[in-house]
Formats: sequence, structure tokens, C-alpha cells
Amino acid sequence: MNQSQTYNDRVVRQFAIMTVVWGIVGMLVGVLIAAQLIWPDLTHGIAWLSYGRLRPLHTNAVIFAFGGSALFATSYYVVQRTCQTRLFSDALAAFTFWGWQVVIVGAAISLPLGKTMGKEYAELEWPLALLVAAVWVVYAVVFFGTIMRRKIKHIYVANWFYGAYILTIAVLHIVNNLSMPAGLWKSYPVYSGAVDAMVQWWYGHNAVGFFLTAGFLGMMYYFVPRQANRPIYSYRLSIVHFWSLIAIYMWAGPHHLHYTSLPDWAQTLGMVFSIILLAPSWGGMINGVMTLSGAWYKLRTDPILRFMIVALSFYGMSTFEGPMMSIKTVNSLSHYTDWTIGHVHAGALGWVAMISIGSLYTLFPRLWGVDKMYSIKAIEWHFWTSTIGTVLYITAMWAAGLMQGLMWRTFNDDGTLTYTFIEVLKRTEPYYMLRLLGGVIFLSGMFFMAWNVYKTWQSAAGRSKAIAIPQPA
Amino acid sequence: MSTFWHWYIIIITVATLAATIWFLLWTSRVRIPSTKDEHGNETTGHVWDEDLRELNNPLPRWWLGLFWITVAFSIVYLVLYPGLGRYQGLLGWSQEAQYEQEMEIARASFEERFGVYDTLALTELASDPQAIEMGRNLYAHNCSTCHGSDARGATGYPNLVDEHWIWGGNPGQIEQSVVQGRRAAMPPFGDALGEQGITRTAVYVQQLAGLEVDATMAAAGRQHYRQVCVACHGPEGKGNPVLGAPDLTAGIYTYGGDPETLRVTIRNGRNGVMPAQQGLIGETRARLAAAYILSLQPGYGRESNEQ
Repeated sequence: MNQSQTYNDRVVRQFAIMTVVWGIVGMLVGVLIAAQLIWPDLTHGIAWLSYGRLRPLHTNAVIFAFGGSALFATSYYVVQRTCQTRLFSDALAAFTFWGWQVVIVGAAISLPLGKTMGKEYAELEWPLALLVAAVWVVYAVVFFGTIMRRKIKHIYVANWFYGAYILTIAVLHIVNNLSMPAGLWKSYPVYSGAVDAMVQWWYGHNAVGFFLTAGFLGMMYYFVPRQANRPIYSYRLSIVHFWSLIAIYMWAGPHHLHYTSLPDWAQTLGMVFSIILLAPSWGGMINGVMTLSGAWYKLRTDPILRFMIVALSFYGMSTFEGPMMSIKTVNSLSHYTDWTIGHVHAGALGWVAMISIGSLYTLFPRLWGVDKMYSIKAIEWHFWTSTIGTVLYITAMWAAGLMQGLMWRTFNDDGTLTYTFIEVLKRTEPYYMLRLLGGVIFLSGMFFMAWNVYKTWQSAAGRSKAIAIPQPA
Repeated sequence: MSTFWHWYIIIITVATLAATIWFLLWTSRVRIPSTKDEHGNETTGHVWDEDLRELNNPLPRWWLGLFWITVAFSIVYLVLYPGLGRYQGLLGWSQEAQYEQEMEIARASFEERFGVYDTLALTELASDPQAIEMGRNLYAHNCSTCHGSDARGATGYPNLVDEHWIWGGNPGQIEQSVVQGRRAAMPPFGDALGEQGITRTAVYVQQLAGLEVDATMAAAGRQHYRQVCVACHGPEGKGNPVLGAPDLTAGIYTYGGDPETLRVTIRNGRNGVMPAQQGLIGETRARLAAAYILSLQPGYGRESNEQ
């Protein structure tokens, strides 16, 4: 069979497997730093194992290595299936895989060494940031090149979201990383002061909006109807929420800078557009959940579908919480507390990780030409560890955050603060324990997955056979 | 903000809101061609990957309502609060004004409370339970970072509850230390003494504190001591509170009394700084914190209460 008549699943398999690997690595680092917050001397003062250096490694590993690999794998799979054509270029796709792995390994070395731009979620120094830009531009070429060669006239909704995510991340990454190198591992941003802060959080919030939301909505829009074997609930809803989501997310960044030197007008605009963002965000949840109507009974037997529905629930919950936290009055209580950490993990564990895990369980058997994963029981276990881990984590952080916010703002009659910093910290400790427990439970589920993926691979006879592209109807 | 940016912000904000409203109205009305599939569902007729289809259900009304409510809220908010360029909003709110207003209220109420203490001497304050309570709070937030929440100090930061004082422990001296701060200046003697001289001097300093040491080394160190150290620490090593030169016979050390630390101290000197609290928390609060420290000393009833 001519290669052009088959799908390029090689790069999909590579990214899918690395998703599991980087997931374990990233979450393991997360568990370590959660433990360091309870036992600060855990790593005996070794500089490159200190909290300040491992924390960016954790965030980069889970967002860009784990989440990024999941997005690469699924977007390459989905764009080929829904365009019914092979990827635009095998060589360029291979470059994105290897380039991305080099970036991740580079991050895993340079961040513990303390080489950082100091910008949250954009810590990588300029040589690595340049490589990210190069990989991303090639990614865009592969993705949109494939769309151009599609055999089906209408572009599937998942591809709108993947497309928006790829284009926007390119713009965000390049603009936020504009800096002047001062040596191989040091550079200075071209922005300064409040402008630098604004650019950083324009980037930071849209990384949430386009990487962690739009990208994973693309995943959801293919794998939920695929696993449920039901049509998407509403085409009309997908149009309305897609366009409003991408138009309004762009404005929300300033809510990270309430009550700072950012001018009042910018703070206000960040807040009002964050509130308008609620409905567009929920559009995706409704479309995903309602796709299951008529197939609810499947939840009883299918843990993969359960992963997806719980992911959508956490998505809905954290996109409600986000606009609420962007309101100045709420923000003045929640900001700088562990509530923010809880909010982020409701999205990161509950939505991003769970929709990725569910989608990968749908994807792996198809990549290796088998009916289903080796062990449904293990998926069951993974589902419960993920759900319980996430719930423990976020409830601990909510409670801790509310307590911190309230203690910090309690005054004595004489105008002094009632609680000193250390008193608040001591009261937070039990919640840090609970958070660590939640993290360990969540991580444990990833080992079920790694074992299950390995067993599925091992038992798949035609695991590297190319899959023929069907003729469009 | 220049006129250009003023209008730039207004135009893109209003345009985005107007486009959202138009989009909601338009998509609620526009007809999407659809066909009935074999199950009687209305689909768009598109098919991908062999069997992926889309239904064409209308927008959920409650969802659309929610969308409209958030848009309406935002328009009202932008009329009331600053957001559209230089426009200040009907309420005239700004974060600076909110801060000033809250601080004004706080100042008024605290000045009333604190004002009565301005005229009292430190010893009187140190016997007033309410003043001590405030002083304790002030100490916890401003002093405990260095001197510890139990006031027993840490390396580089003196213990405030023992009987040893670097700058003197009578009420006036404590008040001056807290309110106006202190700046110690022990010069480096590494160049003057050389490594051998440093070691000998350190040994003598240990002898001053009553330790059993090598007598020859100590005798040699004593010579150095008499040349360079005696001016501040005195002939018997009793120190001088006026200069902030500690008593070397007490065996109490700010930076540590082990041989290596003593050598570092002699070689590089020490420049301990106690920041003046006057400019940080104001004189009244600084005096209350000082009164709290004084109240921890013997004779102020606190330790007798605890017994």
C-alpha cells in the first residue's frame, strides 16, 4: 500500500507514550515539592533540588511536557482522522517530536541549575525558548498543511480549537519571550515594570486559555463523541462558544494583577471580560456533557467515559470559579493564598489530566489495532485514584486558602495584624499534608496507566501496522 | 494617558462588547441547514472519520440568559468604575482613593488609642498591661523575624531576654536602640594581624570568657588584643555599651563563639545593623515595642506572673 494512503500514526504513538512518561515525571516532582512545603529540609539543602528550582520544573513538566505531548499526540491523530488525509509532512512532524523532547530535557536540566527568566510558565532561557518557537512554527505548518489537504470539505470543530490553540500559543510565546540575551543562559526582557507584568500575565492567562482550555477542548470534541459513539450535541453551540471564547479570553490577563501598580482601567477590563468568559467556557462543558444524552447508561460500564464526564465537570467547576475569583472583592481575599493553587489544580488535575487520560485510553488501542486496553479493571482503579486525589487536593487547598485569606486580614483593635506569618503557616500544615496525600494518590494512578499501556502494547500483534485512510463518504 | 490611547481603549472595548452582542443576536436567529438522519435526529449532514456527526440542537436558553446577564453586568460595571480609558466612572472609584480612605479611618481610630501613650515614660508603659499587649503585637510583626517570637534571638541577632546587652539595657538605652536604631562597626583586622595573629587573638578572646586554652597562644594573643581590641572592648574585655562593643568575658556571642567564627569576626569585622523603627512604624509604636521588650526584663512582673 502506498504510504500516502495510510495515516501517520508513528508520531502519534511517540507523543502518546511520552505523555505517560512525562506525566509521571512531572507529577512526581509535584509530589516532591508538596512534601518540601511540609519538610523544608527534605533535600538537605542541595541547591538544584530546592523548592524554588523544582517548582518551575514541575509546572513546565506537567503543562508543556505532559499536557503538550497529549495535545501533540491527539491533534496529529484527530486532524488526520477528521480530514481523512495523512499529515502534511512526516519529516516535519518528526522534527516537532524530537524538538519538543529536546526542549523538555533542556528544561529538566536548566531549571534545576537555576537558569530561569523568572517569568511564571515562561521560565526557559532564550536558547530553549527559541527552540520552542521553532518547534511551534513547524507544528503550525504540519497542522494547517494537513487541514489544507483535507478530503472533507467542512472542518471539524475539534480542529477549530486545535487551530486556535496552535496559532495563539505561537503569538503568546514569541511576544512574551522578546528579550535581550546577555550570555548563553541569561537574558533580559525588553519590557519593564508594570508593562512587563502585564505582558507576562497576558501570556500567562492565555496559556491557560489557549493551551489548557482550547487545546483540550479540541481533544474533548473528538474523543467524547468517539468514546460515547454519539453525535456532538449542538453545532450551533460550538460556533457560539468557540468564537466568543477565543475573542474574550484575550482580555482576561489583568485579573492576575488586581490591586497592583497596573492602572485601574486595565484591572477593570480584565475583571469584566473574565466575567463574560463564564458562558463561553461553559458552552464547551454543555456540548460535551449533552453529547452523552441517550448514552448515560454507558457510564456504568465504561470508566473511560467516566474520566471524560468527570473532566468536564471539573472544567465547568473551575471555569465558574475563575470568573468569581477575578472579581476584585473576591480576589482581595483569594489572591496570594493556596486557594489559587487549588483553583489551578481543579483545572490541571480535574480537567486537563483527566480528559487527556480518558482520551489516551481511547487512543492507544486504536493506535495498536486492538479493541480495547489490556485491563479495564486498571482503568477503573486509575479513575478512582484520579478522582479521589483531585478532590482531596482541591478541598485541602480551598480550606487552606480561605483560612489564610481570613487570617491575613484579621486586625487587632490596635491596628496590628492578629496573626503573624508563622502562625498562619503552622495552621496551614495539616492542609499541606492532605494535599500531599491527594497528590500521591493521583500519581499512583499514573502507574496503573503505565502498566496498562505497556501490557496493551505487548499484547497487540499488529501494533506497528499502518492504518489505511478510508475513502470519504 | 494620551488622547490617542484613551480613545484606543474605548474603541476596542466597546467594539468587542458590541461584536459580542451582535454575535449573540445573529447566531440566535441564523438558520443552519440540517437534515434528518436515520434515527430522526436533526444533524448538520457533515460526517467525519466515517461516523462522527453533529446534531443541530438550539442554544440552551438558560445558557444564553447567563451570557446576556454577564454582558449586562459588564456594561453597568464599566459605567460605574474606571475602565474606558480616562473615564473615571460614575462612582469615582480608584484603588489609591480606596487605600487612602481605609488608611484614614485606621489612622483616626489608632491615633485615639495610641495618643494616650505618647506622654508616658517607657517604664510606665512597661507596667501597663494594655500597652504591653499592643507592644507584643507590634513586636510579633516587626521584630520577631530577626529576634525570634520568644525574643531569644538568633545567630547575628541578640537575645533580648538575658541580662547581657550590647548597647545597654536600661530603659533609655533600650528605647534608643528600638526607636533610633543601632549601627555597629567592628573593623576588619585580617590585614593588620595576619592569619597567625587572628588565631592567637581568637584564643585570647576565648580565655577572656574563661575557657581553658593554650597559655602561650593566649599570651601572644593578649599582645594583639592590647594593640587593636582594647580601644572598644576595654582592658578587661568588659565591652562598652556606648560603642556597642560586647562584653567578651560573658561567653555570650552574637555571631558565635567557636574558634572559626571568632576568626571570621576578627578577620572580616562585623557591621550589625538594627534598623530605626521610628521611620518604619512611627515613634509611638516603636516605643510600645520597646516597652514590651523592657517588660520582659527582670523586675517588671512578667516573669513573676509566669512563675
